[in-house]
Amino acid sequence: MLCRVASSLYWMSCYLERAENIARFIDVNLSTLLDLSLESDLGNPWEPLIQITGDNKSFHEKYEKVNGENVMKFHTFDMENPNSILSCLSAARENARTIRETIPSEMWEQINKLYLMVKNASLSQSTLHDPGPFFKSIKMDCHLFSGITDATMAHTEAWDFVQLGQLIERADKTSRILDVKYFLLLPRVDYVGSTLDKIQWAALLKSASALEAYRKEYRQITPRNVAEFLILDYEFPRSMIFCLTQAYRSLFSITRSSGGEIHNLPERRLGKLRAQLDYTTIKEIIQLGLHEYLDGFQSELNTVIDALHETYFEPNVLELK
Amino acid sequence: MKFDGYNPGNFYDEFFDSSGEPHPWAKLLIERINSLPPKGLSNRQKTAESALMQLGITFNVYKESEGVEKIFPFDIIPRIIDGETWDIAEKGLKQRIYALNQFVDDIYHDQKILKDKIVPREIIESCASFLPQCMGLNPPRGIWCHISGIDLITDDNGQLMVLEDNLRCPSGVSYVLGNRQILKQTFPKVFEAMPIRPIEDYTSRLLDLLYYLSPDAIAEPSSVILTPGIYNSAYFEHSYLAQRMGEELVEGRDLVVHEGCVHMQTTRGLIKVDTIYRRVDDEFLDPKAFRPDSALGVPGLMEVYKAGRVALVNAPGVGIADDKLIYTYVPEIIKYYLGEEALLPNVPTYRCVDEKDRGYVLANLDKLVVKAVGQSGGYGMLMGHQSSARERKSFADKINANPRDYIAQPIISLSRAPVIVKNRFEPRHVDLRPFILYGKEIFVMPGGLTRVALKKGSLVVNSSQGGGSKDTWVLYNQNH
Repeated sequence: MLCRVASSLYWMSCYLERAENIARFIDVNLSTLLDLSLESDLGNPWEPLIQITGDNKSFHEKYEKVNGENVMKFHTFDMENPNSILSCLSAARENARTIRETIPSEMWEQINKLYLMVKNASLSQSTLHDPGPFFKSIKMDCHLFSGITDATMAHTEAWDFVQLGQLIERADKTSRILDVKYFLLLPRVDYVGSTLDKIQWAALLKSASALEAYRKEYRQITPRNVAEFLILDYEFPRSMIFCLTQAYRSLFSITRSSGGEIHNLPERRLGKLRAQLDYTTIKEIIQLGLHEYLDGFQSELNTVIDALHETYFEPNVLELK
Repeated sequence: MKFDGYNPGNFYDEFFDSSGEPHPWAKLLIERINSLPPKGLSNRQKTAESALMQLGITFNVYKESEGVEKIFPFDIIPRIIDGETWDIAEKGLKQRIYALNQFVDDIYHDQKILKDKIVPREIIESCASFLPQCMGLNPPRGIWCHISGIDLITDDNGQLMVLEDNLRCPSGVSYVLGNRQILKQTFPKVFEAMPIRPIEDYTSRLLDLLYYLSPDAIAEPSSVILTPGIYNSAYFEHSYLAQRMGEELVEGRDLVVHEGCVHMQTTRGLIKVDTIYRRVDDEFLDPKAFRPDSALGVPGLMEVYKAGRVALVNAPGVGIADDKLIYTYVPEIIKYYLGEEALLPNVPTYRCVDEKDRGYVLANLDKLVVKAVGQSGGYGMLMGHQSSARERKSFADKINANPRDYIAQPIISLSRAPVIVKNRFEPRHVDLRPFILYGKEIFVMPGGLTRVALKKGSLVVNSSQGGGSKDTWVLYNQNH
């Protein structure tokens, strides 16, 4: 496969996953707000949403107040924000456009339809007056894309690059949502056990589509268990270790090897990061400091992306030969 | 919506004869349309448009901001051509391409046609598309014009004529294939009832052509389509064809010359490329041979090509044969190489380089269409009857300064066909671009791209100037 095509497959998939995550964050926040309307001294409920994506600075450069309207605008339609839903969908679509001959037409049509839907919505004043159904449909359309990909694309090298883009982005977003919410929620000792506390932790899980799966596993919500579930659960498809395990498999499919030996830089870096998760307990993570741990995880993950660039997306021709 | 109020007017109409009776080949379709429930047709038009949008059959409009992507306007009423008319066109097109190919080969070798003074040497040497780098070059299998799109028009008497030859990178075939796909969904029953010649084999014939040209005799050579990239207005077509053929779509930066061959850079290393269907213009192909500032090409490509280790489709240098001044010599070219009269006539054309012709052109600018010889797409053109005195003055100056660069033609009233305009039918001018493949043999796709000037009264069908398209149905002969 052409290096350029591999890169476009990866980024197309990554940007769609990012758009889906943002739509979900906003959707969950909107429904949680309905429960919090009476007791709202937990700080500004929209604040975490700009921290999760790491965009605080660019938000404040442009918007004065952190409120629902501004945060939604910033995250949804703002084309100056490279991480807004519309920017992500536009980037996903541009990448898809350069590889239309590689992906099944169904995938292209789905991306195109989703982009046009959000683009049209951005031109209408009334979209954000009733935002719930809008964000839900973005979420569902992204899921539909994953389903279409799975069901129409041959599970070859190209498919593995799509998987990598999605899984690495997903691992990153799960780590960020845990980091931000955990940090905000934990110090409020006075709330522990209160209704509000339960609602907030449940919302955190919902933000990672994890509430129902979590309940089956642990039933009671405690901060420690939430962290364990989102970082170390082998079965839950958005936990960090699950994403990395699957991504690791895709890397080996790309080199057509069994996984016993390491062949290149991406395999080495991702393998190491996954092994760290494999051999760590939640107790150790909390002792080290959850925030520090997650921060380190995110930088390690970035070096995996760098390795993909060096090895697959923009390799030095002579080395390849 | 019915044809009741439709007025073909004083032009040749593709659906009705001068007495208002339907042509025999259009009758069945007209009956079907007349029998549709009210709104039946406009609903079908809407469905077809949204299908095109979702398929992403769009083109980029350069001047407008991001996101303003447009579908190539499409009218669901097909244009129908009867079998007998088409058979003549097909023969004429094959004859033309066969002769033009010999002409290009001659120009880059012995130049017999120049020595025999059939075509003046000066106009070859002054032609911008003439590439001295190609002198003495022998392209694989001796073929230069592999893929062509020849623009045809129908005059007042229903006679098909050649308006323009496009031998470099003619585009539009993806719209033909896409339009057909949409129309089959729009009028499935009409398709069942009418003997329409299929066109779906075009891409597999294209692939056969690319394989046929491969320098090595291997069963499955590796062929690629070379595109300038996503911002090219025909990008959709490049990717559509690659997908239909299952071949790689590459950009210049994906290819490298290594150890005397062209390779593409893949996740598994370098892979050798045998045939390149390039949609990049000659001058951008290879910064070492042509424009050094080109980022779209592949450094060293021409050397590999000259050594016969890669095939380029179409061959560089072929543009010599679609220069609009050379066009005026095509009937003589056909006669010279084949000893035959041209089966498809040219539109009468004045050569501004000729003193007598130039005098006539300058005196009659308001009655003529003036075209720049090296341009296409409706650019660099003066439509005399719709021009202002200032525009005519500016063209007169240009013609006097560079007579070699201009030709002029009488304003031909292109034939018309019905188009849906706000819930009724109105006649609009059309032309036709059939696509021709020259590989093991010459193949002419039945029909081609019917382009429509959507503006009332307009004679300019180019998509960049407000043109649209229609599906083209060529019928089998009645005794088929």
